[in-house]
Amino acid sequence: MAEEVKRKPYVRPVTSEWIFRHPRYIRYMVREFSCLFIGAWTLLMVWGLKQLAQGPQAWAAFLELLQHPVSIAFHLAALAFAVYHSVTWFNLTPKALPVQRGEAFVPDGAISGAHFAVWAVLSLAVLFLAGAF
Amino acid sequence: MAVSNKPIVWGPFAAGGTLTAFLTPVLVLLTLLAALGHAPDLLAYDRLHAFAGHWLVKLALAGTVFLSLWSAAHRLRITCYDLGIRADTWVAAIVYAGALAGSGAAVLYLARI
Repeated sequence: MAEEVKRKPYVRPVTSEWIFRHPRYIRYMVREFSCLFIGAWTLLMVWGLKQLAQGPQAWAAFLELLQHPVSIAFHLAALAFAVYHSVTWFNLTPKALPVQRGEAFVPDGAISGAHFAVWAVLSLAVLFLAGAF
Repeated sequence: MAVSNKPIVWGPFAAGGTLTAFLTPVLVLLTLLAALGHAPDLLAYDRLHAFAGHWLVKLALAGTVFLSLWSAAHRLRITCYDLGIRADTWVAAIVYAGALAGSGAAVLYLARI
């Protein structure tokens, strides 16, 4: 009864060239790649905790390591990617946390704006408390 | 209803994404200053050791490390899929294990401070 299927089913090739089809996709990938820098920086901090636990000499060696040109370049890239993550994350907050007041929704700009304001105040507070200025 | 473990992996991702959005840029800025030879006062050994010695700070640091690593791991998993790596089970196991290992190491080092 059943005819044997002789045809070869189409298997869609899995590639990553789609990223370059539209600038939006590239921006998406840049956002996603921020995870590499945030993750690597966090692991660097875990290494720092190890050095801090070992004593003053080990900690001094860690601070010395941070001053290597590769470390400076990494930090500049990590800062740029971290900021990009924050901006994209806060821009999405109106979608993730819509707030309704009566019939109307609070405008998107107010929700993301509140996040940006808290971010700015928090960042300045951390810089101040850490004695950066 | 189908049983899903999505909320378990996604919850810490969302929490970590929010935490890193608020905190990571300024913290990277602090270590960038140190990298440029202008280490903030807090990064002096005595001050940082005393600061990280408080149990509440240890808890906050451990939590920050875990959530940062987890959200990065989750995003890396999705990115691998987007780039055409379809061995999702393996990728997930590796990245989540990495995040847990890093967090475990942080807890271990914090306990020694």
